[in-house]
Amino acid sequence: MKAEQIASIAHLARLSMDEAEIPRYQESLTSILSFVGDLERAQTEGVSPMAHPLPGLVQRLRPDVATESDAHERYQANAPQVAASLYLVPKVIE
Amino acid sequence: MSLHTLSLAQLGAGLRAGEFSSVELTRTLLARIEAHQPQLNALISVTGPTAMQAAAVADGVLANGGGGALTGIPMDHKDIFCTDGVRTTCASRMLDNFVAPYDATVVAKLKAEGMVMLGKANMDEFAMGSSNETSYFGPVRNPWNPQLVPGGSSGGSAAVVAARLVPFATATDTGGSIRQPAALCGITGFKPTYGRVSRYGMIAFASSLDQAGTLTASAADAALVLRAMAGFDPRDSTSVDKPVPDYVAGLEQPLAGLKIGLLKEFFEKGLDPANERCVREALAVYEKLGAQLVEVSVPNLALSVPAYYVVAPAECSSNLARFDGVRFGHRAKEPKDLLDLYKRSRGEGFGPEVKRRIMTGTYVLSAGYYDAFYIKAQKVRRLIANEFDQAFAQVDVVMGPTTPTVAFALGAKTADPVTMYLNDIYTIGANLAGLPAMSLPCGFVQDLPVGLQIIGPHFAEERLLSAAHAYQRETDWHTRVPRGYE
Repeated sequence: MKAEQIASIAHLARLSMDEAEIPRYQESLTSILSFVGDLERAQTEGVSPMAHPLPGLVQRLRPDVATESDAHERYQANAPQVAASLYLVPKVIE
Repeated sequence: MSLHTLSLAQLGAGLRAGEFSSVELTRTLLARIEAHQPQLNALISVTGPTAMQAAAVADGVLANGGGGALTGIPMDHKDIFCTDGVRTTCASRMLDNFVAPYDATVVAKLKAEGMVMLGKANMDEFAMGSSNETSYFGPVRNPWNPQLVPGGSSGGSAAVVAARLVPFATATDTGGSIRQPAALCGITGFKPTYGRVSRYGMIAFASSLDQAGTLTASAADAALVLRAMAGFDPRDSTSVDKPVPDYVAGLEQPLAGLKIGLLKEFFEKGLDPANERCVREALAVYEKLGAQLVEVSVPNLALSVPAYYVVAPAECSSNLARFDGVRFGHRAKEPKDLLDLYKRSRGEGFGPEVKRRIMTGTYVLSAGYYDAFYIKAQKVRRLIANEFDQAFAQVDVVMGPTTPTVAFALGAKTADPVTMYLNDIYTIGANLAGLPAMSLPCGFVQDLPVGLQIIGPHFAEERLLSAAHAYQRETDWHTRVPRGYE
């Protein structure tokens, strides 16, 4: 892994990263990716990918009826910044 | 009477008979926590006042002849479970100030049974770790030796039970996070089949692998609490709609004729010979009890760790995208724009191991690498699951070691993440395949506990618990208490 790749992944993952931190992740991600590179040697022709461990389990649907009551004040008590029941963020549109 | 060494069944019987009250029991255990927490750092929050209130309520119920098997018994929750009105941190700076606005289903169910929560247990940050050293709140110490790790990620839950500060703690297991700390702390850890216990309100790490379970002294104790925790939950989309058997009634199933598979790959290089000796002695006990030992194989087991370290980080990078500094959790000061807010909130809020996994996941899911890593890992996952299926066509359960070695020193494996990851070599397979699995104490190497692992086919919880119970009636390893905590 090159330093630029680490910076680019960090950006994609929305993680701020100082220049000084990069070598640490460069080293460990290189080691991890080389380790998981072992997967290459598995014979997987004709094997279908497994996303979920239980056979036959399908996405469950429920009737389209309201089951929750409005509790936004309760939930927004954990928000860093709220005004008029809205979450506040820095200005997005100039 | 030493209340802290009683089993859950004994505690329940004593409470119902009025031999002691929940208030007395709760006060006794809170005093033990106060005495030992500075040494162990096993809890992130202690909820003394609310515990005393809940205990008084339980005593009222019991005095009127009400209540059930668990009413009035104290316990701790791993700090990954949302607890209504109580700080829930997931051992991260990100959630340092988060007060959960609702109860996880597991929490609600145990509360409804009248259990009394004494605190929230320390853990690896977002359950990512095998030594409890990634916690924002500092490492947990192993009660058997404070220089050693308790295992992870449920290290705090394991330490409080091993030190007999509570008789039971909840835990979660994504790649071994219940079984590995159970083994390293000398207690019984149970991970049910994927989907058996609700994930609702359990902060998500890797949703196709995460499963809640128990840490207790014995299998009989595990049966008692699992019976209360398991069951269908419409709020968890992968919860399984299947009746819950009475695990307690099932404990006494006869063992004779049980076919035990010895997984060949579990006994190959990497396993410490002293640990192997303990495991083989345990298998000999099973043979004496009438079980039959058969060798089986999961040829691709060695690839379970690499497959896991693609699948789990991929799911983690997706799940942890919700921490954006907007709706809850840590927010960076004076962001210059929205992107800066996201990046710095996450950069400051997450610790190095969590960032490493988010970045690994982001990488393996990115264009150009998705097929080579993510799809490939999912195919290997299928291979391993199929190989376990084939093994279970020949045997009832599989047994082997839980970990390659006994507990290691703090700091011993933090330099290289891959060294730490390999510690889960024996436990990860069960998560990839969604199988129920447990660890129980089976001896000591240099005064440190060794774990025997039992893995079963889907929904064979009863079979695992009764097999473990049969062993625990013949042996007393599970009753050993670390020095200083007797």
